[in-house]
Amino acid sequence: MSNIAKIAVRGLKKSFGTNLVLDGIDLDVAVSESLVVIGGSGSGKSVMVKCILGLMEPDAGSIKIEGQEVMGLSAREREREMQKFGMLFQGSALFDSLRVWENVAFGLIQGRGMERARAREIALEKLAAVGLGPEVGDLRPAELSGGMQKRVALARAIAAEPEIIIFDEPTTGLDPIMGDVINDLIVKCVHDLGATAVSITHDMASTRKIADRVAMIYKGRIIWHGPVANLEHSGNDYVDQFIHGRAEGPIKMEVRAL
Amino acid sequence: MLDFLAAVGRVFLSFLAAAGRLTLFALNAISHCVRPPIYLRLIGRQMVDIGYYSLPVVGLTAIFTGMVLALQTHTGFQRFSAESAVATVVMLSMTRELGPVIAALMVAGRIGAAIAAEIGTMRVTDQIDALSTLSTNPFKYLVVPRIIAGTVTLPFLVLVADIIGVFGGFIVSTYKLGFNAAGYLGQTADNLRSEDVVSGLIKAAVFGFIVALMGCYTGYHSRGGAQGVGAATTYAVVSASIMILLFDYVLTSVLF
Repeated sequence: MSNIAKIAVRGLKKSFGTNLVLDGIDLDVAVSESLVVIGGSGSGKSVMVKCILGLMEPDAGSIKIEGQEVMGLSAREREREMQKFGMLFQGSALFDSLRVWENVAFGLIQGRGMERARAREIALEKLAAVGLGPEVGDLRPAELSGGMQKRVALARAIAAEPEIIIFDEPTTGLDPIMGDVINDLIVKCVHDLGATAVSITHDMASTRKIADRVAMIYKGRIIWHGPVANLEHSGNDYVDQFIHGRAEGPIKMEVRAL
Repeated sequence: MLDFLAAVGRVFLSFLAAAGRLTLFALNAISHCVRPPIYLRLIGRQMVDIGYYSLPVVGLTAIFTGMVLALQTHTGFQRFSAESAVATVVMLSMTRELGPVIAALMVAGRIGAAIAAEIGTMRVTDQIDALSTLSTNPFKYLVVPRIIAGTVTLPFLVLVADIIGVFGGFIVSTYKLGFNAAGYLGQTADNLRSEDVVSGLIKAAVFGFIVALMGCYTGYHSRGGAQGVGAATTYAVVSASIMILLFDYVLTSVLF
């Protein structure tokens, strides 16, 4: 196996006005590894992922995919690079105007020019892989529950069998049981595809289930990373406070007294 | 005093910045219109939305405009014993001016708002980002079909509006003002020149571009959830309406 990291991020910086959101992120994700990035709201997790996906332009730093620098790629090169990625958005981000199967097959039809009939077959296979029957394929996203939408979004993320899948808060807004169903599906899909996965979440149950390795982001920097088995014994007070959900500790929430 | 000047300066600079962003967006849209892939299926769907579904509102507006125009022109021209010019004035006003402007304003209200709301909702719910992650250029998929459809379809709508507007004037003139039907139609046909219609259609194409552009631009840059989408929708209609009237003057100066 090659020693080149699937994703290598170095010195990534991003500000919005005077608000420094990413302050020099360094991160490696190995091939077929499942990395979970944890951190509080506003810590820069989503911005980091958007920079990796090319949805946001970083101010400085380097992002390499399989050793190839992707910052500064032209729009066409970026589109080609995106074929390696699948993404599950926090709010599912399904296209309202399309039926469920068209959502799942979208990347195959528009991105890869596949014939609609063949793309529909694959879409129904992927829907089955996330536990949804073919009858769901003809519904509109608005007709589905939150959990079903999440599963459709997962089917869409894996439809083109990407090499890298990114999960943005995959269990947010779901009840614990449906959250666990989604976690199981993520583990199964990533394992079946042999894909590299990067997830961002603050759900610790989800983290323990889907992670091989965990990184914690705080104030725009990775302050700890290690195998998920070491999470409980990280020796880092910030990680300790976060994973146990304690109000007291080095992480101070800016809350005004009542 | 210095504070006041600074405030004026800030407003002026932000106006220039906004104009620059809009110009870049328009140039980007135009450049994408001539580069593959072109989504013909989406263009077709947008043409039906913009053209076919706008026909009732544009037709109704045009017929009443033509009718009122005949009444007002007759009242005014009666004072100079020039009632016979009513047919020509109605025809010229509809083809050169009112057909394109009225149709464009109606389409700005109906379609510009819908485009801004749809694209704005897609922006705030991450659907535009999702397009990018599915190897699809959101600009080509969302903006280009609407711009092409708006530019191509509005001239057809205006042609229909011209005919209906002239027909409205004809109805009022013959049934209410006592004009001879054959004489009215003959005068309309005798005084109609191709440049009257063509200039109106050129205006219509520009207005169609403006309506689609402003809807796409405001929707594409909307922020902040439902409130942001609402603001984008309002801005799309207001700015498109103002630009239609501004460009109407510019085009009239250039074309005639």
